[in-house]
Amino acid sequence: MELFWYILIALFMAIFFVLDGYDFGVGIIHLFFAKEERDKVVVAKAAGLFWDSNEVWLVAAGGMLFMAFPVLYASAFSGFYLPLIMVLWLIIFRAIGLEFRNLLPYKMWHSLWDVSFGVSSLLLALFFGIALGNIARGVNLGNVVDGVATQESIYFFLPLWTNDFSPFHSSPGVIDWFTIIIGLISVLTLAIHGAAWIIHKTNASINEKLKTVITRLNIALVILTFFSLFVWQLIVPNSLDNFFSTPLLMVFPLIYFAALFGLFAHKKMKDVHRFYLTSLVIIGGITSTLASMFPVIMPSTNDVCESLTIYNASAANEGLSVAFVWGIIGVVLAIIYFIAQKRFRSGKIDDMDYGH
Amino acid sequence: MEDMLFYDRLQFAFTITFHYIFPQLTMGLSLIIVYFKWKFLRNQIDKYNDAAKFLMKIFAINFTIGVVTGIPMEFQFGTNWAKFSELTGGIIGQTLAMEGLFSFFLESSFLVLFIFGEKLMSQKMHLFVAFLVFLGSWASGYLILATNAWMQHPVGYEILENGRYVLNNFGALFSNPWLLPAFLHNQFASLTTSAFVVASIGAFYILYGKYVDYGKMFLKTGVIFGLIASVILIFPTGDWNAKNVAKYQPAAFAAMEGIFETETAGSEIVLIGQPNMLEKKLDNKIAVPNVLSFLTYQDWNAEIAGMDKFKPDELPDNIPLLYYSYHIMAGLGTIFIGIMGLAAFFLYRKKLFTFKPLLWVIMFLVPFPYIANLLGWYVAELGRQPYLVYGLLRTADGISPTVSSGNTLFTLMGFMALYFLLGMLFLLLVGRVINHGPEDVQH
Ligand code: HDD
Ligand code: HEM
Ligand code: HEM
Repeated sequence: MELFWYILIALFMAIFFVLDGYDFGVGIIHLFFAKEERDKVVVAKAAGLFWDSNEVWLVAAGGMLFMAFPVLYASAFSGFYLPLIMVLWLIIFRAIGLEFRNLLPYKMWHSLWDVSFGVSSLLLALFFGIALGNIARGVNLGNVVDGVATQESIYFFLPLWTNDFSPFHSSPGVIDWFTIIIGLISVLTLAIHGAAWIIHKTNASINEKLKTVITRLNIALVILTFFSLFVWQLIVPNSLDNFFSTPLLMVFPLIYFAALFGLFAHKKMKDVHRFYLTSLVIIGGITSTLASMFPVIMPSTNDVCESLTIYNASAANEGLSVAFVWGIIGVVLAIIYFIAQKRFRSGKIDDMDYGH
Repeated sequence: MEDMLFYDRLQFAFTITFHYIFPQLTMGLSLIIVYFKWKFLRNQIDKYNDAAKFLMKIFAINFTIGVVTGIPMEFQFGTNWAKFSELTGGIIGQTLAMEGLFSFFLESSFLVLFIFGEKLMSQKMHLFVAFLVFLGSWASGYLILATNAWMQHPVGYEILENGRYVLNNFGALFSNPWLLPAFLHNQFASLTTSAFVVASIGAFYILYGKYVDYGKMFLKTGVIFGLIASVILIFPTGDWNAKNVAKYQPAAFAAMEGIFETETAGSEIVLIGQPNMLEKKLDNKIAVPNVLSFLTYQDWNAEIAGMDKFKPDELPDNIPLLYYSYHIMAGLGTIFIGIMGLAAFFLYRKKLFTFKPLLWVIMFLVPFPYIANLLGWYVAELGRQPYLVYGLLRTADGISPTVSSGNTLFTLMGFMALYFLLGMLFLLLVGRVINHGPEDVQH
């Protein structure tokens, strides 16, 4: 049962990052590359139409996490208090930037919300990466000081950063240079993803240029990926064990690397295929990280308090089993809605009526 | 420790108060939109379709803010109420997760289809889509109330040795005797808000002399819906809720009714009076003898426990606010029936559209259903104190152990600043939609 919920939540998170991920990416591209008014409108539209129905995947994943792994929910949400609340603020900024940009016809109004949309997308992509980095690196569960836990073993509170920004000691901060690297990887990945989406969905004048941008960003992404893997090995020496013991799990990194390198040939591809590839990079990246940690979901950096796993952080089995029944129904319905919308998601959107 | 609790509560109260300004309009308005769309299918007069699409524009802006302020609510269970989440997540997580999976998907998917898809589908289909948006928003209200009902009156649980709650009866969450009355009362309260908003827009158009035909339509619909909803609010649903509180939370009942001392020969109902917490009595009281006993137990002489029967640490901790909230909510409910009844009477006599004083009153009535709605929730939430899960888990034991009060104060101020901005934007944008009028939706 735990496993079922773990996989379902991971799936929802992955879908969220694929769907809403391109919104973040579009925001980043928008900030740096959209200069002409027409492009700005079209590019913002590429994200604006669906951000809400994309964001529900996050809301649903959050709800299911709460239900299935309440201990993790309590531990992680209170432990990452400040960064999480800032993520909330950014989500608010981004949403209103998108929704309200085209409601008033003034230039100043547009530039204000364009920047708000772009900057908050960029920061969100960075924060989500940093979050993933923290989960990969681990936290000081129980706030252990000198070998003694000062909190219950499932709670912690991280400072935003420590003096040396080092990921190597046992009480690291939220931001250290390892998590920053993961943050940058996330920004690059989502920017590429967003660019692929813009090319696929619009006839913006910057599309040709974006193709070159994708290739360049991808080179940087490859370099950072290898570097981060190397560092991760140093921080968590056994991070590859799962792949040796269960070789089947190797499919996830294989997907990731195949898609990542496949992207170098993207100029010859159909626009949709490029978008599929970038989606696979995201899915492969998230699943590989989770697969290598399994069954741990919040590693402990000290030896006093044990890591949270899907078994010791989950709700009782009775609850998980009833939820299994409605969970399946809910997922089927969600898929039906998604298909019902699909007609509206296809085709270029330049001339689609924005409605407002 | 003390001020950790205080700031956590303050932040929750502030953010939920702001959040709830928006869903109450969403839930009621979606029903009124379905009604206009249905009218259009029946009589094929374009005005009704314009009205539906016009209201959907307001709905969409309102919905956006509802969504972005709702996500912080869900997060806060983890960030500020971690201990509560850890212990009860296995139960309240059920209904909250169902809300995410069932209602939010439904509502947001079909809202997009309604707004962008009219040309791509038949009108019947478009009505159906509007209906699904309505269904989604009501389902979300239902599941949130199921969550809240469990906190007010916990059922179907078992407590483990480590203090964690385990669900042992899923059905009980939905057959909870607290749920149905609260849900109905809450939904009709939302409908009241929305009907008053629609009526007020109508009155504005008539008084302003713009879009007068639409104005009459809005006013008429708003008054009829508003009257029906506010009657149902008092009877049967308000009454039913009050009986539930008396039965399951007697301490809260005594506090909200302002009964300091138990009267063995039947309790009076207090209409006006100010709680004096030092002398434990009501100042300047105006009360009608024995009525409360009758309303609660259909017996003029039934005994109702006063606050003297409870230990101080079993009583709500903010009795004056609880008492005022309750009396203002009920008072406003009575006034609403009066005004809407009068308006309906003039409507029937075909004089409403020219009777300016009443139009002005209706136009400026808008804030009051919002106030009544929020105060109603204050009654529910303050009455639940000092417990988070009634009778079982104290509020003080539910907060995050590691989040210091300074952090919460900082984020609270951040939320205040951001929500202030959101509120301004909301008013600006909705004002603009209203100013452009319903004819604007045609192109
Ligand atoms: C327009 C809004 C509105 C109006 C006019 C009223 N109510 Fe109300 N009331 C609500 C809006 C509301 C609410 C916000 O919707 C609440 C909060 C929780 C709930 O389910 O509904 C509520 C809760 C609520 C409760 C439950 C408190 C608790 O849970 O502890 C009672 C006993 C009443 N109401 C009683 C009344 C009575 C007797 C009214 C009229 C005479 C009345 N309400 C008018
Ligand atoms: C059904 C959904 C709701 C749930 C699950 C819920 C839950 C909570 C929780 C966890 C707290 C913090 C602990 C406490 O002080 O009691 C709280 C407090 C509070 N809530 Fe709710 N709430 C809900 C709806 C609402 C609504 C709609 C409002 C009002 C608009 C509201 C108003 C308040 C207030 C004012 C407090 C602070 C109480 C105090 O100061 O002690 N709640 N609620
Ligand atoms: C503490 C309690 C609450 C939490 C955790 C909460 C959570 C949320 C969340 C996460 C959303 C955004 C959903 C989306 O992405 O579409 C939302 C919107 C919504 N909420 Fe709340 N909410 C609370 C209180 C309430 C209450 C008391 C009601 C009504 C009874 C309510 C009704 C709605 C509705 C109808 C929406 C849809 C959006 C809108 O209408 O503005 N919520 N809520």
